[in-house]
Amino acid sequence: MMLFRLNPSVGVPIYLQLMEQVKHAIETGALQAGDQLPGIRPLAEELVMNPNTVAKAYRELEHEGVIELRHGAGAFVSPNARAGKLADKWKQAQSVVAGTVERLRARGLSEEEIRRMFEAELANRRGGRRG
Amino acid sequence: MADEWIIEASGLRKTYDGMEALSGLDLQVPRGSICGFLGRNGAGKTTTIKILLGMASPAAGSARVLGLDATQAQQSVEIRRRTGFVSEDKDLYDSMTVAEITRFTASFYPRWRRDLEEKYLRRFELPPGRKVKALSRGMRTKLALLLALCRGAELLILDEPTSGLDPAMAEEVLQALVGHVAREEMTIFFSSHQIAEVDQIGDRIVIIDRGRAVMAGALDDLRESFRRVQLVFDGAAPAATFQAPNVTRVQRNGRVISVLVSADADAIVEEARAWNPASVEVTPVTLKEIFLETIQTEGD
Repeated sequence: MMLFRLNPSVGVPIYLQLMEQVKHAIETGALQAGDQLPGIRPLAEELVMNPNTVAKAYRELEHEGVIELRHGAGAFVSPNARAGKLADKWKQAQSVVAGTVERLRARGLSEEEIRRMFEAELANRRGGRRG
Repeated sequence: MADEWIIEASGLRKTYDGMEALSGLDLQVPRGSICGFLGRNGAGKTTTIKILLGMASPAAGSARVLGLDATQAQQSVEIRRRTGFVSEDKDLYDSMTVAEITRFTASFYPRWRRDLEEKYLRRFELPPGRKVKALSRGMRTKLALLLALCRGAELLILDEPTSGLDPAMAEEVLQALVGHVAREEMTIFFSSHQIAEVDQIGDRIVIIDRGRAVMAGALDDLRESFRRVQLVFDGAAPAATFQAPNVTRVQRNGRVISVLVSADADAIVEEARAWNPASVEVTPVTLKEIFLETIQTEGD
């Protein structure tokens, strides 16, 4: 199954990583409206991660309307998750990123420098959103 | 509220031969968590665990486990009865076979889980007829874990559960723990000097250094709030001190000042503008960095 890959060592909360990857799977069409998500226990065991963290990610995703938790039946992708439209959005965003990276490389920045700039910018935004 | 913390200790002190092993340790572990107890070798992890289980008594301070006083003999018996414990050296009766030690241990615990026993014997591929002393280190760890998991305990205390195991075996042990917690109502408190495994399966962490807890909290909160702010100046970095709270560490090196903050990096960035840095960079911080920055290095 291995749809999700989490990396504890990047300094981004694991539940956020899992949320992003579920959304990403919906955006790319890997998960579609009505699809069942793996249960909390099997997913925790498969990814060898804390079940409380999986539960937290699912709760937040439900709160955002991305998935539905049906009592006793598990978690399902919301019928109103707009997969196709999001896939387009994803492709467009990808070409923006590709263009930006290309321009930065032309200015002589290394891959590592570009990666750090993106990370710093995202970290700044996360900090700003909270502050 | 007393029920919120399954382990609660404060001001623990312990001295061995004039050496202070614990010097005022505070500890709180919430029910239902997987709490990693991270520290270097000799930081005081095993001493703390012994006190929690009533196997050592503190010179000062209090320790409550499952609401019981660990420093009182009677109550600590109850703590040991209701807690699954795996010691660092996985001490088991060497002359018994796997089947014998399982039956023997089961006889002490009325809530012994036969269903789990069968499950873990299969899963861990433990040979029932083999003598404990003939088991490999990995097998021995798995057996010790099986004996702890099957007690029907609500709390599991593990002292360095994966020490000495190869990565594949360690992963198997972690996976069994995570799977167990997902199915049973239970709390795990495990000591480790392996940052990666605490990072991987923990949801809470306590960092111990030189007999004191120097950091504690929910791991995702730490990942979310810790930041490194790097300031680069055109000339030598100013001898700046920061007024903002949450500064864990400031390092100055030539043109660069690096500040580790435990929360609210914006306040630091705001403050730093007064010194006109040429560049300001805020980056996420890994648990490894947090650990290395919060423990004192030799000679500090």
